[in-house]
Amino acid sequence: MTIQFKDESFRGDFSYANSPSNIPRFPFPFPEDEYMYSTNIEPHHAARTGSPFENAFDVDEHYVAEMKDRALVLAEDPGRCQALPHMETAGWDFLELVMVSKARDYPDLFKLTMDGDRWHWINTPLQIDDTFTFGDSSTLPCHPMEYIGRQVQGDHAILDQRDGNLWMDAGIITAQADWSLDFDIGMNFFEWHAPVPLAHELGVFQRALKFLLTLPQGQPSRRLNWTLTVNPRLDTSPENYPKWGPDRMTVTPENIGEKIHLRVELQTFWRLPRSNAILFPIRTYLMAMNEVVTQPKWGRRLHRVMRDLRPELVEYKGLSRYHPILVEWLSQFDDGAPTSPGIFPD
Amino acid sequence: MSASDHLIPVVVSNVVEVNPIIKRFEFKHVNGDELPAFSGGAHIVVEMLDDGTKRKNPYSLMSSPFERDQYAISVRRDDTGRGGSKFMHEQVRPGMQMKISAPVNLFSLDLRARKHLMIAGGIGITPFIAQMTQADKLGVPFELHYAARSVSQAAYMDSLADRFGDHVSCYCDDQGESVDLEVLLSNQPLGTHVYVCGPKGMIERVVETASSLGWPAAHVHFEHFLAPPVGEPFEVHLAKAGIDITVGAEQSLLEAVEASGTPINCMCRGGACGQCETVVVACDGDIMHNDHWLDEEQRAAKQRIMPCVSRFRGKRLELDL
Ligand code: FES
Repeated sequence: MTIQFKDESFRGDFSYANSPSNIPRFPFPFPEDEYMYSTNIEPHHAARTGSPFENAFDVDEHYVAEMKDRALVLAEDPGRCQALPHMETAGWDFLELVMVSKARDYPDLFKLTMDGDRWHWINTPLQIDDTFTFGDSSTLPCHPMEYIGRQVQGDHAILDQRDGNLWMDAGIITAQADWSLDFDIGMNFFEWHAPVPLAHELGVFQRALKFLLTLPQGQPSRRLNWTLTVNPRLDTSPENYPKWGPDRMTVTPENIGEKIHLRVELQTFWRLPRSNAILFPIRTYLMAMNEVVTQPKWGRRLHRVMRDLRPELVEYKGLSRYHPILVEWLSQFDDGAPTSPGIFPD
Repeated sequence: MSASDHLIPVVVSNVVEVNPIIKRFEFKHVNGDELPAFSGGAHIVVEMLDDGTKRKNPYSLMSSPFERDQYAISVRRDDTGRGGSKFMHEQVRPGMQMKISAPVNLFSLDLRARKHLMIAGGIGITPFIAQMTQADKLGVPFELHYAARSVSQAAYMDSLADRFGDHVSCYCDDQGESVDLEVLLSNQPLGTHVYVCGPKGMIERVVETASSLGWPAAHVHFEHFLAPPVGEPFEVHLAKAGIDITVGAEQSLLEAVEASGTPINCMCRGGACGQCETVVVACDGDIMHNDHWLDEEQRAAKQRIMPCVSRFRGKRLELDL
């Protein structure tokens, strides 16, 4: 099956939308009618043909447009891509993992030929055809992390492991939900998670860190995280707050279905072989409320989750402004019927 | 989920007698596939099917992290141990099929270091061989100081000196040579990281000397080369599984739990990674903890145990498994 890549935008006129066939494969993040903060980590096995969990790195109809948006962000603000000097080996590990996975999972789109250290990479959707020497950065136009980071959907942080902790020492982050690489770079696991409410009390972070420190090679894990965003804007960074902050004032009961987007992060965790670092891809999926409610199970459940969300989380996720009108709007899709367990549509 | 649940089928491609007590084993993937890349300091767990007993021992990879067609480990024969090294020495021959885990690294180089200072004792040399290959390729300065009982027991000394020249110094007890740690650690440039692997006493001396000279703890790295100890057999009740198991004299508690089919996490199998940490439901007796994971307070409380290396003596031990 070849993918029809869409020509669309995540800014300005916001022409981004999901095709009807793309909607059911959205990683809806609520397996039950109630949401509570948890680590909810599971093995990142290939799962469910056609779902975003089928392949190591999901490629969908938004691939080309997302990569264009990334290039725009980096042109404006090169600080969104940074690597401390000791992270070069990790950059090569990341490049290898993505190239090998994509060439295996999407042979009609990506091709990798290895002749010892001489590698030939063809990325058909982005019209890239390059030959380079693996491990020698002078044979690439930029740092290996940036090179491959411009060719894979989602943000990517690379965490160095030392002293029983993880350190955010490299990343290419252009589509983030309100955090900043420039601010977090060099911080350890507890430092960069400091602003999350409730989670500390629950000991969630200690457990998550212990899990990550012993993450084995070849056995990646995943979890889903979510928030809401006004307009299909990928770049909701603190740096650009003046651009997206005021969007919240534009939400009305009339436009809520098209304006508010469920923003889901498919986070995966990979032990990298040569650097022993951890690759942390954060793949963002956006879906307008109007699109979400085309799946009756999702409409019903989202209403219940939003209605019962704890006030601290409403606040933390920045939803306070429009939370009541959203719950009101969603209620029309909740007929009180039970929902089936799990995240996939009925 | 355990690293050692996902095993890689390999064939023993070579067995080399390095000296009377050390043998090197080389493995290739049974299909001729590439093995996973790894970083210097990583170990694999080797599964041994020894006449009905399944043993799993961790060994450091000493082959080049940049070559993926085969792995090499070295095993020192220990006749008073649990029998894993004896099995490797006596039973394992070229052509034999075995299973190994993917590499795990609990002793990796700190890639921020301006210089790596490596201190090895005896068989503790193996992780450094892969690390030196890595440091050399990355172009970061390094120095190895290698202590052995005698020239004949100093495995790989000659080949390391050939490959790395002045970067390598050797000290043999029987020649009256020893490392002067004070001098060595006082004369390092700022930004040096020190790594030590060898007998317990040596690790302690290095850690203490470094700390007394004001080295930041984050620049001092060590790997305990600890095998699960042998001891008296004991009984354990597994509360969730609702069964009683017996841990044999030469078996670890972890191995006995695994043999019973009860799920348990593990990774290093040497008391260092924390994966196998288990809640003690009831304990009437003494736990010989032996691990490097729990702190003194936790040990005294007898509420946690690391089944990979700990043993028990007493009336009753009940675990939350
Ligand atoms: S398996 Fe690592 S501490 Fe027990």
